[in-house]
Amino acid sequence: MEVTLFYIAAAVALATTALVITRTNAAHALIYLIVSLLSIAVIFYLLGAPFAAALEVVIYAGAIMVLFLFVVMMLNLGRGSVEQERGWLHPRMWIGPGLLTLVLFLEMVFMIAGNPLATSGVPVTPKIVGQTLFGPYLLAVELASMLLLAALIGSFHLGRRYMHARREMTE
Amino acid sequence: MDIGLLMIAPVLLGALVGAALLVWWERRLLGWWQDRLGPNRVGPFGSLQIVADMLKLLTKDDWIPPFADRVIFTLAPAAVVAGMLMGFVVVPFGPGLHVVDLNIGLLFFLAMTSLAVYGVLLAGLASNNKYSLLGGLRSAAQMVTYEVFMGLSIMGVVILTGSFNLSEIVRAQQDVWFCVPQILGLVVFTLAGIAEAHRLPFDLPEAEHELTAGYHTEYSGMKFGLIMIGEYMSVILTSAIMVTLFFGGWLGPDFLPPIVWFTAKTALIICFFVLLRAAIPRPRYDQLMSLGWKYLLPITLFNLLITGALALRGSA
Repeated sequence: MEVTLFYIAAAVALATTALVITRTNAAHALIYLIVSLLSIAVIFYLLGAPFAAALEVVIYAGAIMVLFLFVVMMLNLGRGSVEQERGWLHPRMWIGPGLLTLVLFLEMVFMIAGNPLATSGVPVTPKIVGQTLFGPYLLAVELASMLLLAALIGSFHLGRRYMHARREMTE
Repeated sequence: MDIGLLMIAPVLLGALVGAALLVWWERRLLGWWQDRLGPNRVGPFGSLQIVADMLKLLTKDDWIPPFADRVIFTLAPAAVVAGMLMGFVVVPFGPGLHVVDLNIGLLFFLAMTSLAVYGVLLAGLASNNKYSLLGGLRSAAQMVTYEVFMGLSIMGVVILTGSFNLSEIVRAQQDVWFCVPQILGLVVFTLAGIAEAHRLPFDLPEAEHELTAGYHTEYSGMKFGLIMIGEYMSVILTSAIMVTLFFGGWLGPDFLPPIVWFTAKTALIICFFVLLRAAIPRPRYDQLMSLGWKYLLPITLFNLLITGALALRGSA
């Protein structure tokens, strides 16, 4: 049962990811990307990581992709951008990346066939996630928070000159 | 597991019928509070008004604008309703009365409300219309913003319970409802809930004075009906989750069964949402955003800090 569900979710993920790359309409590509993220969340759940599955939906599908769509709505609308995309996606462009990916794929198949990795079979509860994050991986959490702080200060700085302009306008 | 499968049909039906009834109930209540009659002609107290409305919507010409993106335009209303219906899956209506008892129940609710944004966003994008696009953009910014506060405001409850499981959250409120120790969380969750459901006073994505009807300007017939039903379902879902998190869920004195308590509390919260709509005017868009980032964010962080410190002191 679980194996069947896994293969269905994996097939959906692969198909939608392929569609993300080949679509010329940015909005359509993004919708396929969302579906791809959702199917990866299903895979996480089947592997016994419900917390990671929920975060995949809340953060990737629910927040980051909304921002992507937000940017697409503001910047690339209309037929012109579709034509432009079509021009970029020349069939000959696929040969190089395709060959390189094939090498990686063969390597991965070789490794998986050599020693099949089994999942632990124990569901990873939110509590365990919290304990590992703030235990052995505390340094990574601190580094991520510093990165976020830098982003915060950067965006504040970029937005500040517009704030001055607006204050003068309203006064 | 079996009871969960049996619950699916009643929950689906209940959510849809509840949303339909709410349309009528809201108009009656608004009429009463604004000193006018409201719909009172069709059936007893106008209660069949919604049937009449539905017949009208079903027989209307279902028109897709030629300039719209057909596929997304058709899928968007379905996404609105599907996201909301999925949210009802984790609501515990009584002890053991739920479709599924996920131990990440609360996160699942947050995930489904965050997916519901897409319905609105895609409707705005696919309509290919200035007003729809502006409505969609507004709703994206508003909902992503208020999702942050919604998530943070309920973390206090999670700290006090020690679990994301909604049934366990209800059981943890045996002695005192979380609306007392988590009063700040409750205030922020209420505001975020209204903003997520984009209801008046926070209905800026569809503000009719400036954007005609915002993201659903181009929708007609049953597609518009679905969007409207989705909005009312999100009111019911937010109220039900609010009751579960802050007002003791199904808990209550023994003379009534738990599900009655749950329904009664939810209905009361819904009436409160309708009262807010009747009483408060709509803020400007920048006011809405600064309310969120300048006031609600510090309040939730302060609440989390205090709750965490007290929990640590209690466990030490």
